[in-house]
Amino acid sequence: MKNYKTIVLSNHEISPDYFRMRILTPGFAAKAQPGQFVMIRTELMLPTMLRRPFGIFRVGCLPAECDGLPPREYMEILYKVVGQGTKILSELHQGDRVELLGPLGNGYDLGTPGKAKLLVGGGIGLVPLFMLGEALIKRGEKVRLLMGGRTRDDILAVTEFERSGVETYVSTDDGSLGEGGLVTKVLERKLGKHPDAEVFACGPTPMLTAVANMCAAHKVSLQVSLEAHMACGVGACLGCVVKGKGHSDSHPQYLCTCKAGPVFNAADLDWGMTAAPGNDCAGGGCK
Amino acid sequence: MSSHKEKTMPVARPSLAVEVAGLKLKNPVMPASGTFGYGEEYAPYFDLNRLGALVTKGLSLHAKAGNPTPRIAETTSGMLNAIGLQNVGIDAFVSSKVPVYRGIHTPVIANFFGNTLEEYGEVAKKLNDVPEVTAVELNISCPNVKQGGIVFGTDPVAAAQVVALVRKALNKPLIVKLTPNVTDITVIARAVEEAGADAISCINTITGMAIDVRTRKPKIANRTGGLSGPAIRPVAVRMVHQVVQAVKIPVIGIGGIMCANDALEFLIVGARAVQVGTANFIDPQAMLTIIDGLEQFLIDEGLTDINQVIGSLQL
Repeated sequence: MKNYKTIVLSNHEISPDYFRMRILTPGFAAKAQPGQFVMIRTELMLPTMLRRPFGIFRVGCLPAECDGLPPREYMEILYKVVGQGTKILSELHQGDRVELLGPLGNGYDLGTPGKAKLLVGGGIGLVPLFMLGEALIKRGEKVRLLMGGRTRDDILAVTEFERSGVETYVSTDDGSLGEGGLVTKVLERKLGKHPDAEVFACGPTPMLTAVANMCAAHKVSLQVSLEAHMACGVGACLGCVVKGKGHSDSHPQYLCTCKAGPVFNAADLDWGMTAAPGNDCAGGGCK
Repeated sequence: MSSHKEKTMPVARPSLAVEVAGLKLKNPVMPASGTFGYGEEYAPYFDLNRLGALVTKGLSLHAKAGNPTPRIAETTSGMLNAIGLQNVGIDAFVSSKVPVYRGIHTPVIANFFGNTLEEYGEVAKKLNDVPEVTAVELNISCPNVKQGGIVFGTDPVAAAQVVALVRKALNKPLIVKLTPNVTDITVIARAVEEAGADAISCINTITGMAIDVRTRKPKIANRTGGLSGPAIRPVAVRMVHQVVQAVKIPVIGIGGIMCANDALEFLIVGARAVQVGTANFIDPQAMLTIIDGLEQFLIDEGLTDINQVIGSLQL
């Protein structure tokens, strides 16, 4: 991990309120694991504003602009404008300076080769799943993405998943794209067909809770990527903790999202009926 | 093409060294407790040896799990936190964190707290046997659970009592960290000086509250939290100024320092050293930038020693 002082290569609105930012990050791709995250700030933020955490969407390389120049390595984030920080980021242009700390945290474990891989994304929660899909495809796995959103505007980058070889199933709450209804309905069906599947999920807390209950009922393994408010991203502030397995008021079990996560085995978390483990930060694409 | 001849005058680098409570520090910059973990969290980003001192996360006799979430909320020019003093406990600190300090020569200041006088005394005794810990910083912003929850640091008698007890139990320099949540901080400052403190650090966070207007709920689960960051700096500078006037022991200034000029404000009103907190979250290298900025300030001002700045306030 490193604190990059670098520039924005591009920053576009890809769907209402959803942005995609590409940042110049030499040496980043070799280190980044699927499911890891970065902490970003820009000079346009007040010098007093905290960095914002974002899942790594993908990494790549631009061909050299001219013979003799090295290719330009980049990383991308997808994010939704939910507050002041993401608003400021959305106003950045090519060449604007950003600071990026990362890659941070623990990513997804790729699981057992040969078992069906079901990726479940809710809205901006699809972010950490792209590199996971790529890595699994590279290993010769059959990968399916179940992508859910409130409306068609919340369904992002699905064609990119398809291009990388992932089979995709889209559902929207209002039926404006793909199948109508919740993504968990699709998951239930897929788990019926693939009883030995391994599930990887990221999305809003209610979705994750439903997915966790379903996977527990089907006795299949589940890894989830969580979001939390964070100040430091490196395990120092202890602000981003979630409840671990066996948590109770008398014996609290807290795990740092940034250090122990953001990807957890669902079995290691406390999925109490009233108390979902994550601090929902409204889907800013943040961890 | 023009050729430039660089002027390279052989000038001695100005000295940033300061002395606080008998500790010789290579520069006056150290992290504020709780914003730098145990040090190891930030080791990948810079050489810990560059710091004037390293201040640990607050330690207690037994491990503490901390508060429910959400624990932090950003506010205008600052942040509220109610982490709940989560820490591994003094024994795990000694066995798993202290070995890291053998590889660095920066003095380590262990911050600790207790919920009873007895707990304070026991932790102090345990720290005596840890040679890697050079000095301690006493957090007295905690409620005394045995005396109706009165916060030690808000009552001059209770503050003096705990400081005297720790002073007696401890064989290392003792820095006492003061809470700003009092009517007159100089009363507490004088009380802890008389009780045997070797230095004072101030200010701890200011109690605050923030509300999510949509849900009508406090933004942090603990309802109230400690406000830190640049929002509190003018309050902190004022209080450090007052404390410096009130006591003879050295004062370490804390409160919203983001850059070298912020640190200089505290030094000019008489702080012998400074602690940097929230800035570490925003920029893991903030303290290095501040140290370099202090040196540059001395060069720009034609000064040779940071001690020429300390207490140089013009009134």
